[in-house]
Amino acid sequence: MKLCWGALPPAPDLVRGSPRGILELKKMQDVMDEAGLAALIASREAPVRIVGGGTRGMGAAGNAELLSVAGLTGITLYEPGALTLVVRAGTPLAEVERALAAEGQRLAFEPSDWRAVLGTGGEPTIGGVVAGNISGPRRVAAGACRDVLLGVRFVDGQGRVVKNGGRVMKNVTGYDLVKLMAGSWGTLGVLTEVSFKVQAIPAAEATLIRRGVTAAVGVAALTTGLGTPYDVTGAAWVGGAAMLRIEGMAGSVAYRRDALAQVLGPGWDAVDGTKSAALWREVRDVTPFAGRPGVVWRVSVKPSDGPRLLTALGDPEAVLDWGGGLVWLLLAEDGDMGAVRAALAPVGGHATLIRGTRGAVPVFQPEPAPVAALSQRLRAEFDPRGIFNPGLMT
Amino acid sequence: MQMPTPNPAILARKAQIVAALRTVLPENAVIDRPSETRVYECDALSAYRCAPLAVVLPASTEEVAATLRICHAMGVPVVPRGSGTSLAGGAMPSEDAVVLGIARMAEVLEVDYANRLIRVQAGRTNLSVTGAVEADGYFYAPDPSSQLACAIAGNVAMNSGGAHCLKYGVTTNNLLGVRMVLMDGTVIDLGGGHLDAGGLDLLGVVCGSEGQLGVVTEATLRILPKPEGARPVLMGFDSSEVAGACVSAIIKAGVLPVAIEFMDRPCIRACEAFAKAGYPDCEALLIVEVEGSELEIAEQLAVIMAIARAHDPVELREAADADEAKRIWLGRKSAFGAMGQINDYMCLDGTIPVSQLPYVLKRIGEMSRAAGLDVGNVFHAGDGNMHPLILYNANTPGDLERCEALGADILKLCVEVGGCLTGEHGVGLEKRDLMHVQFAPDDLDIQMAVKDVFDPKWLLNPAKVFPLASSAPRRAA
Repeated sequence: MKLCWGALPPAPDLVRGSPRGILELKKMQDVMDEAGLAALIASREAPVRIVGGGTRGMGAAGNAELLSVAGLTGITLYEPGALTLVVRAGTPLAEVERALAAEGQRLAFEPSDWRAVLGTGGEPTIGGVVAGNISGPRRVAAGACRDVLLGVRFVDGQGRVVKNGGRVMKNVTGYDLVKLMAGSWGTLGVLTEVSFKVQAIPAAEATLIRRGVTAAVGVAALTTGLGTPYDVTGAAWVGGAAMLRIEGMAGSVAYRRDALAQVLGPGWDAVDGTKSAALWREVRDVTPFAGRPGVVWRVSVKPSDGPRLLTALGDPEAVLDWGGGLVWLLLAEDGDMGAVRAALAPVGGHATLIRGTRGAVPVFQPEPAPVAALSQRLRAEFDPRGIFNPGLMT
Repeated sequence: MQMPTPNPAILARKAQIVAALRTVLPENAVIDRPSETRVYECDALSAYRCAPLAVVLPASTEEVAATLRICHAMGVPVVPRGSGTSLAGGAMPSEDAVVLGIARMAEVLEVDYANRLIRVQAGRTNLSVTGAVEADGYFYAPDPSSQLACAIAGNVAMNSGGAHCLKYGVTTNNLLGVRMVLMDGTVIDLGGGHLDAGGLDLLGVVCGSEGQLGVVTEATLRILPKPEGARPVLMGFDSSEVAGACVSAIIKAGVLPVAIEFMDRPCIRACEAFAKAGYPDCEALLIVEVEGSELEIAEQLAVIMAIARAHDPVELREAADADEAKRIWLGRKSAFGAMGQINDYMCLDGTIPVSQLPYVLKRIGEMSRAAGLDVGNVFHAGDGNMHPLILYNANTPGDLERCEALGADILKLCVEVGGCLTGEHGVGLEKRDLMHVQFAPDDLDIQMAVKDVFDPKWLLNPAKVFPLASSAPRRAA
């Protein structure tokens, strides 16, 4: 296990406009374990920016030095018969996925890889996935990362090692800080270990796809599909095509694919197996935006509001996932940076700036005052000296 | 069970407090006569009782907010109450507390099939949420045994589960948003129709916070299309070890049953005598249920039955029709009633890693014999959530204490093997003083810091969840 300051794999700071890029930050420290990390944080005065693989490019570097947990690696427990995995936070996601696949299992929430859309290098880590609550298309059926996250260990801002949750599937012992840590982007503590309920990889999958439809028509079809008892595990609209995914045992997939096609009516093609899987990797990783200039927003709305939001914004380039509830937007660089949140205001939900010039608008959605006050006070309790990713989520 | 000494200053001001509450609530929404407040002296953990100072039954979020503002200003503790079905004492009052019952708020506010959600007032019962949508082919998935009576407010407070959460998850996985009132009367909305949090996941920490962070008055819940069909199969085994291995093999095979229920011999016998469900007399019994169309059920059951056969069952019975399916479930569903007919019982709720099942059952058997109290085991085997039922006689002096001690030892065992104190009932009063077994002081301190943020004066359900000694400085501050 090692843990170091500074020198990341090459990963440009994609939220441009931040005072210092990641590459400028370099200060090496000796390798350490969780206890060493705790001691280091306990004696630390100045802010740190916490990174796993540094592939998601979120947040301001500011004056902070880089604290990488990418050296804190290894699977500590894996019981396939109990669907349980416990893994150190710096472990590469790819390594986790390989170990699971060897037992015919996987992470149910299908974590997205943002490297293509952000143009970053490096290796996504499992801790980074948790810190961002990064969840892909299967979120509509299997829940988000936070839903299958069973436990966490982290170091808080006072250098205390804290555990919450555990390794069992049902656990209501004490407050659920597991959910709070998921998606807190390292602002509450440095994750050192995470545990998951994993899922068996089903024998078969199939996708029904209808090309050449508008977002409104597409989402209406996705809604129909999600309203059937056929256990749809993916519902997206990408490149003008509406897609619905079915997974499970071979006979069951064939049955539900045909039953769903019946409900949807004419105009739908069926794609099976690896061809189906390839389609969903594109949705998961938002590959239509890869290598394209522009500002990228990730917007979360009530699914039926997805197409409405697009109309309000003048139908920009978009990928809709989660039955319409997750909206990826690619907007012109010189556009009005306030437009997305203005269009969102009447319908509710939230928008996060994933790629684009920082400074004009906050990266994360501003919250109503009483909620913002609670979040602020929570941060002050978890990190009293304000040293973890300061300013990132506020 | 120790409770903090009631604050004499509050008891002395009872009349004033009640009068203040009457200024913001209708006459019939404030109860202060001792003969009437007694109705609220306990929840389903009825071994512990204490009548509250007063009870309020507000009918709107505004009335909840007005109540809390007054109690906040006057420094009066508040114990939120859904339907009072907590098995952990989560809704048990103290003498100086106002019970805030949410039962009058039970309306459906919005049904939105396009977005697969329903918004209800939090006093609505769990089963009647499904009731509001089932004619249209939908249901609300979490199904605690008390679902006929328990309120969504309580489900959110305790993050309730049920038999079918192996497939569908517990409350937190099916909760999209809440409207809640903080102790100072501030009304906030968390979440909504969208699927994730834009900032810190406060909804995630509110769910399961046992009424200590705020009073939830409305909830937005995920509803799902009803499956085409379901069928259980019954398996009997000669040993718990083999039954446990069979559970693991089914899970590992990649079939996803909606429920895997387990009963041991004492429980099987009691259920059989009580419900005559036709259970075999064996060491361990599994009920495995799958869902889907006829074809899908057959496909899944083929795999499951093959695995079961490889484990040499003494009985293997697939429900041939709806009537047989009902009979298979009948015994399991009447398990608590059947055990209750034998004696008083205490129901535990620890969770263990599924792989530890045989060892834990063996240890519970040894501990039960050493304590001289019978224990029956009935539980959700798929997720390791155990419900050991300790039989005792409330009229025998010392029996309750022996039962409590055995219960504590069993829960410690659950933690020792990598599990936890409570899988779905909550900590409440019952397991409060065992929290040290599972958590280090720093683990508890940071949880209490969360309460400091939401309820700085520690007025909401204050003497629960955390060991009294740990929370004392905060409650006194």
